[in-house]
Amino acid sequence: MSNLRSVETGAISPIFGKLSWASIPFDNPLPLVAFGAAGLLIAALLWWTWRQGHVPYVWNEWITSVDHKRVGVMYCILAAVMLLRGFSDALLMRSQQAIAMNNPGYLPPDHYDQVFTAHGVLMIFFVAMPFMIGLMNFAVPLQLGVRDVAFPTLNSVSFWLTAVGALLVNISLVIGEFAKTGWVVYPPLSELRFSPGVGVDYYIWALQISGVGTLLSGVNLVTTILKVRAPGMGYTRMPMFCWTSLATNLLIVAAFPILTATLGMLTLDRYLGFHFFTNELGGNQMMFVNLVWAWGHPEVYILVLPAFGIFSEVVSTFSGKPLFGYRSMIAATMAICLLAFMVWLHHFFTMGAGADVNGFFGITTMIIAVPTGVKVFNWIFTMYGGRIRFTSMMLWSVGFVVTFVIGGMTGVLLAVPPADFVLHNSLFLVAHFHNIVIPAVLFGAFAGATYWWPKAFGFTLDEKWAKRSFWFWITGFYVAFMPLYVLGLMGMTRRLGHYSVPEWQPWLIAASVGAILVACGIACQIIMIVVSIRNREKLADLSGDPWDGRTLEWITTSPPPVFNFAVLPDVTGEEAYWGLKSTAREKKRLSDRPEYVDVEMPRNSPTGVISAFFATVLGFAMIWHIWWMVILGFLGAWATFVAFAWRDEAEYDIRADVVERFDRDRRLAKARLLGLSPEEAEGQTA
Amino acid sequence: MTRAMASLRRTSNQRVRTLSLPLTLTACAPGILDPAGPVAAGERTILLNSLFIMLGIVIPTMLVTLLFAWWFRAGNKKATYLPEWSYSGRLELLVWSVPALIVIFLGGITWIGSHQLAPERPLDSNVRPIPVQVVALDWKWLFIYPEQGVATVNRLVIPAGTPIAFRVTSATVMNSFFVPQLGSQIYAMSGMDAKLHLQADRPGRFSGISAHYSGEGFADMEFTIHAVPPAQFAAWANRTRGAGPALDQAGFMKLAQVSATSKPLSYRSVAPRLYDQIVANAGAPVREAAQSGRESHQ
Repeated sequence: MSNLRSVETGAISPIFGKLSWASIPFDNPLPLVAFGAAGLLIAALLWWTWRQGHVPYVWNEWITSVDHKRVGVMYCILAAVMLLRGFSDALLMRSQQAIAMNNPGYLPPDHYDQVFTAHGVLMIFFVAMPFMIGLMNFAVPLQLGVRDVAFPTLNSVSFWLTAVGALLVNISLVIGEFAKTGWVVYPPLSELRFSPGVGVDYYIWALQISGVGTLLSGVNLVTTILKVRAPGMGYTRMPMFCWTSLATNLLIVAAFPILTATLGMLTLDRYLGFHFFTNELGGNQMMFVNLVWAWGHPEVYILVLPAFGIFSEVVSTFSGKPLFGYRSMIAATMAICLLAFMVWLHHFFTMGAGADVNGFFGITTMIIAVPTGVKVFNWIFTMYGGRIRFTSMMLWSVGFVVTFVIGGMTGVLLAVPPADFVLHNSLFLVAHFHNIVIPAVLFGAFAGATYWWPKAFGFTLDEKWAKRSFWFWITGFYVAFMPLYVLGLMGMTRRLGHYSVPEWQPWLIAASVGAILVACGIACQIIMIVVSIRNREKLADLSGDPWDGRTLEWITTSPPPVFNFAVLPDVTGEEAYWGLKSTAREKKRLSDRPEYVDVEMPRNSPTGVISAFFATVLGFAMIWHIWWMVILGFLGAWATFVAFAWRDEAEYDIRADVVERFDRDRRLAKARLLGLSPEEAEGQTA
Repeated sequence: MTRAMASLRRTSNQRVRTLSLPLTLTACAPGILDPAGPVAAGERTILLNSLFIMLGIVIPTMLVTLLFAWWFRAGNKKATYLPEWSYSGRLELLVWSVPALIVIFLGGITWIGSHQLAPERPLDSNVRPIPVQVVALDWKWLFIYPEQGVATVNRLVIPAGTPIAFRVTSATVMNSFFVPQLGSQIYAMSGMDAKLHLQADRPGRFSGISAHYSGEGFADMEFTIHAVPPAQFAAWANRTRGAGPALDQAGFMKLAQVSATSKPLSYRSVAPRLYDQIVANAGAPVREAAQSGRESHQ
């Protein structure tokens, strides 16, 4: 802490800004060791890539790729890595609270306060968001039967800007500090006067830069879903996941500018002495609280709606039935999308807005429970009359429904203002939102990742380890969070670094046992991936349709070619692929061989990664007040875009005969899947 | 409406007592289910009522989910397979109307409860309320008794059975003034003057906290509420007037300096209108002190 103070009060150098040797917390070994270990791992990985001669492959096929499937996979990898970081923060907090009864524990407040702030920021912005955006990126164009998103290069830019945000948060481990304010940085605590260090600046710039990425990604996916669909793919024929993705991205486009503007005002306060949210000179902290939740509550639905879509796909596929009440589900999704903007005040009933206002927002919040309840019932009725295959994905889904209704119920409880007056900010609240985010968003992400894994990589994941991981996760979840409900009722508030009530300790120890169980679940997932990669030959998905799917992504090969489909499928009803399969089974032949034409695909581009490099420079320089570097970063990013805009060739052609060769193999595989001989399949004997 | 609400409260209190047996597990540490005043009792009632209403639908939903998932498993030859079945108008009506009816019912409870238990609403009582002004500081609580002319830090003495009319502000960042066993918390914000009415029904010691994270010393920002019989309260006020320093502007500035925990202390007198000045200045008088204090605090 002492070293930070010298940074804060020290003079600003024209070359290094606020940065000095004292910015590195040599007196605090934990983050240094963690960062060092991660650094070594990354260095080893890079060295191995270089030694194996994979560098051109990684650069050409992944880093500069504008293919929506590759971008989607990279989003998910980022989310998975950040999940490990965010979860280690969770372990630190659980262990601190388990031991810090009448003693300071092992984490001083200075460190503990950064840990819980970083945990929230990482899990929301760099785990849940990229996981969902990654899965949407991967699956939506395939489900819509098209070749890519509307703006492929922009998609790559979006991803790399999100990665910059994650990088900045992790740099704060060893250079300077992270915010010590809680993840929604309420002023006046986050103002310069009370948080003079660089922590809040790291938060601001990490979120502003990744927020640009998220907004661009939202624009991209809204445009894709509204304007880029296969012929015949009308709105009421789109798979449920595409509908929830549309709702999510509409929310992103509407809500993220609020966050950008709010953080922009906080930036003006901190950098230029404005007084939007300060205590004095007309500043008003309540304006920040309103604005941040006007973004923050829709954000909850931004995370949860794609997961609802995934569960809809998974439950329908593995029940061997269409989704129950498809139109009802669309209505429920869009109702949630709209209502998401009418409930923000329930995050601060205790501010004292008065009975009328509190009552109004309490009731609007409860109204959201209606469409959400409809969704739950529709998943249940989708299972009714089904022939359910209990894959790991189905386990995640059933585990989700059963657990999520508890979280929904406690959410409605918190929406009753008089109940909230005693539960607000308590561990009951912490238990509630983890009870929503873990079963809905994380389980949904795991189900989705397992579901689409074979589509992405051409082999399925090992089910034995997947199921083990599910059982650890769900037990771990209950053991970790049910005690927090109890602690909330016992009057324990959140964010306590230590406490003096002996009755709390057993529950906190139980909660940390739950965290250890979850750690076992994560270990199983890592083993699952390793085992599956080693057994990839045995787990290979040759048909492109390993789950007897119903939507268009299963019509193409696993993994799909860069152009996804040889010709865009002609959609004639709901569940386009299921319809084609049924027709083929009935007529004992595949649909007629189409005429193949050249396919035009966008060229790969390093624009994303280069602009992200300059965005990192810009963000880091802003955080440390290194003004010459700010100008450099800004000019670099600008020049990258200009160079991209001046490009001569944006596309390249894939010749019709290449496309045809691919499609011949694909049709053979489909014929095998449907039990047709090659002659039958092409209609030569019919 | 008030009387209806009161009788509702009484009957549901009895029901709560019988239904909340499994929850008595948590009663070993005094929490929000162990109320010591009318506000906390009302809030517990509304909390448990809403919980039981919702459990009525949540438990069957969980059971039906598990039942359907198990019965319609692929291996069960007895289950009928309905591969095309995906719509039923009657079920649609049911799935929309059941949650809607529950929400209408809960919405009514919410609306009435929000007004009945609004923090700014004076309590129904024949006893004249005692005003107490609360100021959140780094990281301690200052309590000013304008009628008694005294002030205390981190220890709040109140007469049992008497409504307390709190006014709550902050001379630093946001905090939340909360005594779990007495009920409603309210944000303490600089420049704001929040009103909160609470009462302790019986003498006793209750713990109070800040329920909104406020920085490094937050975990130590605890205080004790000491509810005493009214006669004892008058005696305590008299005793306090005879001892300790006086709280004037300078004294307040000194108190507002950052310090993690202060032992309970009391002031024999308080500068007139000190609380109003703190609210009007939106924390400005202690601004410089708070800043330098936060930076040098170890």
